[in-house]
Amino acid sequence: MIPLAAYVAVSAVLFMTGLIGVLIRRNFIIVLMSVEIMLNAANINLVAFSHYLNSMAGQMSALFIIAVAAAEAAVGLAIIIVIFRGKMATNVDQINILKW
Amino acid sequence: MMWFLFIYFATVSVVAGVLTVSLRNAVHCALALLTLLLHMAGLFVMLNAEFLAMVQIIVYAGAILILYLFVLMLMNLKTEEQHLHKKHSYVLFASLGLLGELLILLMLSPYGGTIGTATPDVILNTGPSHAVGITMFSDYLLLFEIVGIFLLGAVIGAIVLAKTPVQTETQQPADSSTP
Repeated sequence: MIPLAAYVAVSAVLFMTGLIGVLIRRNFIIVLMSVEIMLNAANINLVAFSHYLNSMAGQMSALFIIAVAAAEAAVGLAIIIVIFRGKMATNVDQINILKW
Repeated sequence: MMWFLFIYFATVSVVAGVLTVSLRNAVHCALALLTLLLHMAGLFVMLNAEFLAMVQIIVYAGAILILYLFVLMLMNLKTEEQHLHKKHSYVLFASLGLLGELLILLMLSPYGGTIGTATPDVILNTGPSHAVGITMFSDYLLLFEIVGIFLLGAVIGAIVLAKTPVQTETQQPADSSTP
């Protein structure tokens, strides 16, 4: 029987990987992919606790997180397309028109 | 056997996550993300969440990742010389320290909680997908409807954002014949 701590550790490592990706990558699309990694790490955590605490609530939350991730991907990629059409750039340090 | 499967899925997930963050070519990053999602579905199966594993493969690997790949191919990005920020080493060291702190805190915490009624035997009696459906359409019905409307709004917003801007006739009367 695998302890709950093992799943939680995997989830923590993946979450920090995604966070590092958000912070260090320059390409906006890969920043969004790192956000997907973080959402997946949260999903693993929720499902593991749902299994070990004998409750369905964690699986339900994971399903809703997947729906939110789909919406985030759709809107985020649409925003990237709009920016790319105007500036021909997808690097986050070139997109600074809101900076003052 | 369970340990072998767990170590396989966990190791490949973590390695694929690191590759997603560190690879230079964006399409390779998307493929590493695909590996990560598929192995995470394996972890879900090990946790008795078969329905969620199938949803993960169909929605994440089948829909969301294809959307990313489509956008990557539409933009036709060249592989860049500098794919990380200039000062990324500071962030890396700080994050690794934070990760160690987080792991120590997690290993010390007791993981207690209220035990529910959906034990693995009960779930296996009714069937995993059946149990998920019963819970979703009784306790979580309002959330389910809200998520439906939310997705509709997101899709309409994405279409409106990504639509090609129409040239008005007052600005460019010469181009009015071509669409």
